[in-house]
Amino acid sequence: MDKIRFQVLAGTHTGYRLLLWLLIILIGIGLIAAHHMESQGHWVTGMDNRVVWGLPHVFAIFLILSASGALNTASISSVFGRSDYQPLARLSGLLAVTLLTGGLAVLVLDLGRPDRLVVAMTYYNFSSVFAWNVFLYTGFMLVVLIYLWVMMTPQMRGYVRSVGVVALIWRLILTSGTGAIFGFLVARDAYDTAIMVPLFILMSLSLGMAVFWVSTLTMCRWNGYRVAPELSEKLRRLSAVFVLGVLFLMALHHLTNIYMAHHQGIERFLLVDGGVYPWLFWLGFVLCGSIVPVWWFLDRRFCTPAWTVTTALMVIVGGLCHLYVTIIGGQAYPLRLVSGYRVDSGLYDGEITHYLPTLPELALGIGGVSLALLITMLAVRILPFLPTVTRPLPGSNQG
Amino acid sequence: MTDPANKPRRRFLGRTGASTALLALVPGVKLVDLALAKDEDEPASVKTRWGLLVDANRCVTDCQACVSACEDEHALAKTGTARLDPQWIRKVELVDESNDRSLSIPLMCQHCEDAPCVDVCPTGASFKRADGMVLVDKHTCIGCRYCMMACPFNARSFVHGEVTGQKSYSPRGKGTVESCTLCVHRVDQDRAPACVESCAVDGHGALTFGDLNDSESTVSKTVRSQPHRELRPDLALNTGVRYRGV
Amino acid sequence: MTQRFVMALLIILSLATSSIADVTLPSYPKGKGEHCVEPTDVMRRDHFEYLMHHRQISVHLGVRSKRHSLVGCVDCHASQADDGAYIPVNEPGQFCGSCHIYTAVKIDCFSCHAAVPDAVVKQ
Repeated sequence: MDKIRFQVLAGTHTGYRLLLWLLIILIGIGLIAAHHMESQGHWVTGMDNRVVWGLPHVFAIFLILSASGALNTASISSVFGRSDYQPLARLSGLLAVTLLTGGLAVLVLDLGRPDRLVVAMTYYNFSSVFAWNVFLYTGFMLVVLIYLWVMMTPQMRGYVRSVGVVALIWRLILTSGTGAIFGFLVARDAYDTAIMVPLFILMSLSLGMAVFWVSTLTMCRWNGYRVAPELSEKLRRLSAVFVLGVLFLMALHHLTNIYMAHHQGIERFLLVDGGVYPWLFWLGFVLCGSIVPVWWFLDRRFCTPAWTVTTALMVIVGGLCHLYVTIIGGQAYPLRLVSGYRVDSGLYDGEITHYLPTLPELALGIGGVSLALLITMLAVRILPFLPTVTRPLPGSNQG
Repeated sequence: MTDPANKPRRRFLGRTGASTALLALVPGVKLVDLALAKDEDEPASVKTRWGLLVDANRCVTDCQACVSACEDEHALAKTGTARLDPQWIRKVELVDESNDRSLSIPLMCQHCEDAPCVDVCPTGASFKRADGMVLVDKHTCIGCRYCMMACPFNARSFVHGEVTGQKSYSPRGKGTVESCTLCVHRVDQDRAPACVESCAVDGHGALTFGDLNDSESTVSKTVRSQPHRELRPDLALNTGVRYRGV
Repeated sequence: MTQRFVMALLIILSLATSSIADVTLPSYPKGKGEHCVEPTDVMRRDHFEYLMHHRQISVHLGVRSKRHSLVGCVDCHASQADDGAYIPVNEPGQFCGSCHIYTAVKIDCFSCHAAVPDAVVKQ
């Protein structure tokens, strides 16, 4: 087998340049939106006193989960010793760092007082999962940067496995912490369950692989590298397993809830008559985001890079739908304020909240995604993250 | 600067004056139990646990006296959009699922012993004071709204825009979370919360405030011997606010 | 080349700093009473320490002493316009505003705290 060599991206491909400028513009718009939200106050968003976390949080959690899952390929190559995954390990690590950066940027800029980030980093209440997450997220970035360093420094190659193990354990704890944000909430029928933790772990694996596919195949195309068919097949099968895993845990979660009389209300709302939420769940998440991608990942007729990217994009859209239903649908449903009574007054109680995302929220979320992608695209031009080509693609320019 | 010699005298006069006034308004019903005096330089003590008793039998359906009193006391200006408005206390119309009986109760922060909002706050801004009040330290609140997600009663509000005209004893500002403080500024001066006072003044007397740890107080006696409930007993929060007639 | 750059830099700096002589030092209306709760030079140096400590003990512990409270500062140091209305202390030329604008140290207090005493303010 040829010795794997890595290189920087030439950056001469038109697609690369266009995307770079597009991302810069989107980040600019996102920053303007964030400034608008901070200077005016959150009344300019669709979030209110009932739906307190909205579209920015959907994007933020998507990015954070993808960051954890994107490290998968690197983990398999280092921790489980599968050298055939090695060409893609560096990209995997890079994506983990950049996606997390994008996610944290959205989260911080949506705070009511983003100027108090220093307070968030100096005052801690350790019974709060959020406080733990501050350490888990920043620590993860540090660990992965070290991981990348040992991968890319010949003298440190001996440490790749041990750092890889640390990174793997760290990201499992990190994703558990993200799931626990919701799982530890006793107040809401949509969240108060420990299954949130393994569910989020599997979502991170599924979404992380999907983002990894889209980024890697695109950049390899610019670089003229073709992922070996055998490796591609293994990774696609793995993606299918993760998507099925998420579907299984979701089915388990909802079935269990349906058995509990006091949870039937939220189930009916999210799955049957809640308006936009059942549509997003069944059409967006289950059909387009899970069933069809599993089929396309496993069926050899859909094994070309173009199809794989399409399938991965469908998983991403399905994941966003799923997060939207979970985060926002879970808040839109009214609380059970007083046991034994139903609430008859509107406004705050007894009614479903109609949340509509606004442009500033969308701009902020897209800005975070763009930030992650921009840093990735710049990093691959500076440092050798991309695998080199052994057989050039027809019509590609070799770097 | 207050002359220290005046403090005990002022306190005595203030307490006597307040209790006389309140008793005079609704004779025969003891509405407010004033706790042992707290000197202004003393910290709040665990010996006290503040409680609020709501009697739904006395609460009138269309009355908003407690809500208006709270809004006036803390200068809670409306925003023009109902869902963005601060609501530290609100009236909730309930219907008993077993017999369709309808009633009305005021709902505010329940000041839980085991408050979910205190557990989830990353900076510790949402905290429980020694005497049981659950408050927000707005100096350290970063506006993440996690406490609002965690509250089983939707008791907290987020300040969605610039605030002006604040009262000196009730600071509030854009980007932080707020909720009923049990009128801590009044309680620390041995006065009853604004909602309790207004309900008494209006003649309903549905709200009683007192020290749950003081065996002589009405709230404490009721909790120990009369039927009453928390709103969500299944959550075992051990709330400071208790309800009768619900 | 470097020489020219250094000369240009020095000229620009001297032009900029020469305007310092024209800047008025902060001044603000006198507060109520004979003197403040602490000596002026102590307050100038340490007022934020007092405020930080006091906010901790008042909010978290319920200690309501007036001596180092922000409300106490505003009560004494807020000045009134001709019609009797109180002027917010963080405006230019007022107690907090004058020094903080001069030193360009942005303060966050009055996004939440009342910058005038609770007495009736005429609009």
